[in-house]
Amino acid sequence: MADAPAILVRDLRKSYGENEAVRGVDFEVARGEVFGLLGPNGAGKTTTVEILEGYRARSSGIVSVLGLDPGERSRQLREQVGIVLQSSGLYRHLTVKEVIAHWAQLYPHPRDVDEVIALAGLDEKRDARIRTLSGGQARRVDFALALIGDPELVFLDEPTTGFDPAARRQAWDVIRQLAELGKTILLTTHYLDEAQALADRVAIIKDGRILAEGAPGELGAGSSHYRVAWRDEHGEPQERQVDDPTALLHQLTSAALARGARLEDLSVTRPTLEDVYLELTSEAPADV
Amino acid sequence: MSEAATLAWHQYRLERRMFWRNPAAAFFNFFLPLLFLFLFGAIFSGDQSNLDVLVPGIAGLSIMATTFSALTMNITFLREEGVLKRIRGTPLPTGSYLSGVFASAVTNAFLQIAIVVVSGKLFFGIGWPKDWLALVVFTLAGVVCLASLGVAYSHVIPNFDSAAAYQNIVFLPVIFISSVFFDVDHVPAFLRHIAEALPLVHIIDGLRGAMVTGAGVADNLTALAVIALWTAFGIFFAIRGFRWESRRA
Repeated sequence: MADAPAILVRDLRKSYGENEAVRGVDFEVARGEVFGLLGPNGAGKTTTVEILEGYRARSSGIVSVLGLDPGERSRQLREQVGIVLQSSGLYRHLTVKEVIAHWAQLYPHPRDVDEVIALAGLDEKRDARIRTLSGGQARRVDFALALIGDPELVFLDEPTTGFDPAARRQAWDVIRQLAELGKTILLTTHYLDEAQALADRVAIIKDGRILAEGAPGELGAGSSHYRVAWRDEHGEPQERQVDDPTALLHQLTSAALARGARLEDLSVTRPTLEDVYLELTSEAPADV
Repeated sequence: MSEAATLAWHQYRLERRMFWRNPAAAFFNFFLPLLFLFLFGAIFSGDQSNLDVLVPGIAGLSIMATTFSALTMNITFLREEGVLKRIRGTPLPTGSYLSGVFASAVTNAFLQIAIVVVSGKLFFGIGWPKDWLALVVFTLAGVVCLASLGVAYSHVIPNFDSAAAYQNIVFLPVIFISSVFFDVDHVPAFLRHIAEALPLVHIIDGLRGAMVTGAGVADNLTALAVIALWTAFGIFFAIRGFRWESRRA
C-alpha cells in the first residue's frame, strides 16, 4: 500500500439528525503533501477531519487513511498518525518534558524527546508546568505531542485560531519544519493567508461541499477571467472582468494615445486565491 | 509484562506523580475522612460501642471518597478539558489507560485504609484488625465496586461546573444513611432499606467484621453478593457508556 495516497476521500457524507454537515466530499492527499481544507466556520472542515482521525463515524462514503479505514480505529493507524485537535487540554500539573516523555512511551518508534522539544521551540519551557504556558506555547506542546510518535501523517485542525500574529508565525515555522521532515499534513483553517503560506494544495469547502481545489497559486489562475484595472480620463479608478482582455486593452490604449495622455495605474491580473475564496464563500456568515 | 500491562504501568506512574504534584488536593483527599474520624471520635470518646461503629464507617467513607468521588470529579474534568479526547487519538489502549487511572484510585484507598486502621489502633481502642483477609477482601471489593460506579456516574454529569453538586447529592446522603457515623439500627426502617439496597453499608459491614467483631468473609457472603451485583452494574455502564468527549451543542 506504499503507493496508496496518504488520504483518499470519496463521496463522504455525515449527517447529525436533520443537519447534513458533510454532503459528498471528495479529495486525495499524496504522501508528503501539505493539503489545506479552507473554509468559513461551520463549513464541515472539522467534521471531515474528525472522521479521518477516527473520532466520528461517517454516514456514508469511502475513506482511507494510509491505506486503512479510520472508522475501525486500529492501533496500527493511530501509531502512524499525529493529531493536533482544535482545542484539547493536557495534564496541567506536569512539566512539558514529562508530558512529552510520557507520550513517547505510547508509540513503538518514538522520536527523541529532546529533539522534539527543540523542534517545537520549547527548549526554554521544558521544565515549565503545562498550566503556566501561554496559548502559543501550549500549541507548541500540541505539535510536539503530535510529532513524538514519528507519524507519517499529521492532522492540524485550525492550528492557529485565536493567536496573535507573532505566535502564528512561530506556529507556521513549526508546521514548515514538519513538512520538511517529509510528513504528510492535512491542515484545516479559515485563514486564507495560512492556507496560502503553508499548503501545497488547497480545497475550499463550504456548506459541506468542496467548491474548488488546486495549488494556492493556480486556484485563481485556473479561473477563466482576467481583471483589468486602470484610471479613466477623469482620474477615476475603473475595473472590469473579462474573459479575453485583448480587445479591451486595445481600446484603452488607443483611446489614451488619441488623447495623448498616459494610461495611469493599468494592471491586468488573474484573480488571486483571495478573490476566488471570497467569491465562493461570499454568502457565508462573517468569520469570527 | 505484556505491552498493554506496561502501558497501564506507565499510566499508573503518571497518575501517582500527578496526584502528589498537586499537594493541596492530595492533602484534602486524605484529610477529609480523617477530619470526620477525629471529630466524631472526639464526640464519641469514652463510648467504645460507638467508636466500634465509627472507625469501620470512616474506612468505608474513605473508600468511597478516594474512588467514587475522586473518579467522578477526575473523569468529568479530563473529559471537559479534552484530555480524554487527546488520549483517544494515541495508540494507548483504553484498557491500559483505565487500568492505570483505576489502580491509582485503588492505591489511595489502600493508603487511606491503612491510616484509618492505624488511627483505630492508636486512638480509638479498636486494636489491630481481627481478620486481615476479610479486611483486604472487603477493601478490594469496595474499591472495585465504587470505582466502577464512579466512572459510570461521571457519564451522567453534563459538565465540570456541576460535577461537585452531582457528586455531593450522592455522596452525602449515602454516607449518612450507611451507618458511617452511627449504627444502622438507629435509622428509620425505610432509610435502612434504601441503605441496604446500596453497596456502601455492605462494604462497611464487611470492614466492621474484619476490624472489630472478627466476622470473616464467610460470615458476610450476602454483603459480598450485594457488592458484586453493584460492581457488575458499575463495570457494565462504566465501559458501555464511556464518553471521551463532552457534549457540546
